Formats: sequence, C-alpha cells, structure tokens
Amino acid sequence: MRIDCNAFLGAYPWRKVPGTSPDALVQALERTKIDVAWVTHLPSLFWRDPTEGNAWLYETTRKEKRFKPVPTVHPGLAQWEQVVADAANAGAPALRCDPLYLGLEPAGGEMRVLTAACAAARMPLVLAVRLEDGRQRHPNDHVPELPAAAVRALIRSDADVRLLVTHADRAFIEEVHFGSTPEEARRIWWDICWIWGPPEDHLATLLDTIGSERFVFGTGQPLRLPENGIAKLDLLDVSPDKREAIESTNVRELVS
Amino acid sequence: MLVDVHAHFYHQRTPRADWRERNESRLAAGGRIGISVHVASILGSFGLTSPTYFPSPRDVTAGNDALLALQRAHPDRIRGYVCVNPNYSAHARAEIVRGLDAGMIGIKLAASRRADDPLLDPIAALALERRVPVLQHIWQHRRRDWPGQEASDASELCTLARRHPDVAFILAHIGGGGDWLHSLHATGGGDVPNVYVDLSGSGADGGMLEACIESVGVNRLLWGSDITMDTGWAKLRYLETLLSKDDMALVRWKNAARIFPPGAFPTD
Repeated sequence: MRIDCNAFLGAYPWRKVPGTSPDALVQALERTKIDVAWVTHLPSLFWRDPTEGNAWLYETTRKEKRFKPVPTVHPGLAQWEQVVADAANAGAPALRCDPLYLGLEPAGGEMRVLTAACAAARMPLVLAVRLEDGRQRHPNDHVPELPAAAVRALIRSDADVRLLVTHADRAFIEEVHFGSTPEEARRIWWDICWIWGPPEDHLATLLDTIGSERFVFGTGQPLRLPENGIAKLDLLDVSPDKREAIESTNVRELVS
Repeated sequence: MLVDVHAHFYHQRTPRADWRERNESRLAAGGRIGISVHVASILGSFGLTSPTYFPSPRDVTAGNDALLALQRAHPDRIRGYVCVNPNYSAHARAEIVRGLDAGMIGIKLAASRRADDPLLDPIAALALERRVPVLQHIWQHRRRDWPGQEASDASELCTLARRHPDVAFILAHIGGGGDWLHSLHATGGGDVPNVYVDLSGSGADGGMLEACIESVGVNRLLWGSDITMDTGWAKLRYLETLLSKDDMALVRWKNAARIFPPGAFPTD
C-alpha cells in the first residue's frame, strides 16, 4: 500500500505543468503504483477565497476512489468553521492551509484559531513550506516560504493539533523537531518530497536521528515527478516494515 | 550502460568531515541505479582554503590530484573532468594538459568567470585541440549576481559555443535551480548544436523533461545526477515512459560516448 499525501489537481498559475487533470493523475498513480492520493485543488490556493475550489474537489474525489480530498480553508474569511465541518462530513483525511499564500501571518491569530479548530475536529492540518524551488519561481511570485518558527509556534498553540508539513528540507525538519518537546514533535509528520537522498543522505540521516515514524510518503505531483519519492525509498537501506510505515502506516497514525 | 556526466567527489582537504562517507554513498547509490561510469569533478577545496567557485590554483591542482587518485582507485567506474579557474590562464591551460595526459576526459568550468568572457577562449581552443567536452556550471536564467559565484546562464554559454562551434559544451544541471525554460529557449533554437543539456539537479519538475525533449531533442540530452542522485534516478525512470529504447540509449550513454574522447567508457 502506497499513499501519496501530497498531490494536487488543476493548473498552476506560474508555469505550464502537464498532467494536472484527474485522468492524468490517475495515470500517474498507476504508473508509479500509488494506491491513494490526498489531493488539493491547486488553482484555488491562489484565489482570494480558496474554498471556492472545494466543491469541485469533493465532486471529483467522489468519482475516483483513489483520491481523498484535502480541502483548503481560509481562517480569515467568515464562516470558515463551516469548511472544517464540511471536511469532516466529507471524510476528508486532512485540511490544508498555506497561510502565506493567503496573506496571513503564518502563526498569527487566525492560524492559531484554525489550529485549535482542527484539533477539536480531530483533523490534521497540512501546510507546505514551498511549492517550487525558490530559485526558479516566476519573477512575480513573491510568496515567502513558510518559516520553521511558525511550525514550532503552531504545534505549541494547541496540545491536540496534528500537523503534516510538506516540502520541507532536512535543515527545516531538524530545526522544528529539535526545537520542540518530544511530545510536540510526536504530533508533527513530514513528507519526504523535498528531502535529499544519496550522496548527501539527508533522508537516511533523518530516519536515524528523528525516527521513521515521523515521515510519510508525499510527492508534490504533478508539480514534481512522483518517481522521485519512490527513487528515494529505493535508495534507502531500510527494513520492509519501515518502508511500509513511510508509505502507508504512518499516515494512518496521523489520521487516527 | 549508463553514464553520469555530472558527479562530484570530495577529499580530505575540504570542509566535509564526512567526505569518505559521501564518496562511498555515491558509489553505492550508483550501483543501485546502474551507473556504469561517474564522470566527476572536484572544485578545489570546496571552500576550505579558497572559495568553491573561485578556487585558487593550488586548490585546483589539489582537487584534480584527488580526483585522479579516485580515478586510479576505481578505474572501471570513475572518470574525471579537469577543473580549472580561467582567471589564472597559464595555470588553467597547464592543468588541463596535465589532467588530460593523466587520463581525465573533460574540462569543468564552474563559476569563476562568465562563460562569454574572452578568457574562456584559450580553454575552448584547448578543448578543441584535445577533443574533450567542456562542462559549464549554469544558473538557469541568472537575473542578478549571486554571492560566491560569477555564474553564467545559457545565453552566455551559447555565446561561447557560437565562437567555438566545433567544441562540445555541456550546459550543467538543467534541474539545478533557476528558470530552466529560459535555458531551453536559449539552446533549442538550432544555432548551437554543440551545446548539450545535462539533466542533473535537485529539480524534478513535472514538464521539465518534456520541455527538454521538445526544445533540444534527444540527441543533445545527457543524463546526470549532481548532488541528488534520487532526482536523477526519478528523471531516468520517467524518461523511460516518454522515450523509445533507442532514444533512451542516446540519453543514457550514446550521446556522451559521442562527445567524450574515444575509449572514455568501457564499451567504446
């Protein structure tokens, strides 16, 4: 079983990306033997009201059993609590909020209230550090990357919240993990899509220093090739149990 | 057969205390990926006693010596580029002759001097004389100067390539950060058939490989990894879904065998 907890549907505003349709994503899942993909509607991350993409997301994911919806919530807009309730009712495994894309303080009041609401709804909150390499972004794409300090602040802001942070590199993960108490760190999961393999061996190092139970399989597709996540795992010296944990079991722990 | 045209190794006189582990890791990962030959460079002392991208002549020589030692230790798996700093013209030319005479198979230019600068002309002339390719470090669409390097972009490399149409230039790490589309537009026009695109770099963007094939064509693509072998392997796997077996062979090794000296690789 392989679950991709970091996938998108829909066009990206800053460059041409192939394979953004539901059918194309299904083909990519088949090609890479991914059984389930948590998907977010990519264009709406850039809309003033990102929740306007959620209806399409629910409708699309209802038609394809391999898709699980991760709707976007904007805690600065009225009635955002209904978005949380809708997600729970729809069986969404998690909610997404990328505060800097929404023009919010990444650990400000709105985010803290959202964090508490997600905790109360027993719904993990997904945040991306970045969507693209900062060196290649469109000249008008000025959204800052999520700071590690914000993740530390959010995990401390509610004792029950669980965070899934995607697109983080080794330095970011180490800063947050070792800058948190063990209890806090146990409530943060990291996807592997931005962590380097050999010869730097950042992923192998993190599995050793932080523990494989903190990592989940995520690709960032279709912005990034999903083959990359699988290649990273194929280059690791890990037991089948640990690999299975990264590919699926740890995600189940995150949503339990 | 699979040739990695963009690899690096470390040595004792660098800031990396883990240099041995990193070298071993590259070779071990290469075994899993199926890399037949790592064509590598060492950029001086990687910052220990002179800057990585502005290595002193002494560090250039020490780095090349370290790579020659690795090549001798792994004659079946490692080949070297002679790394030089074009600001020291006489040393650069002498170092190229020394390295190639000792069995290295290409020239590595990092970011010590802009690619279209006349100081690179004598190096290109020597590359022609010795029939070896030049791997040029590229910042894909450099919009400003970045600290620590005098990086070049594809437009500047193409200017050099037009001045030396019989020299093969390798545009480094198309996935190594920056706007790869800018580079593909610069190299894909057909007037620089001597510029080859190396697919290495940490970027494994959806759409990048399709754009490479469309802009440059399979005859000018070279597979490589640089410092993220996982992304290299991912790109290789995805390419297999896009290309025929014959075209894959071009990218995996045949294009490299065409531009490196005869006998550089085992099956030549």
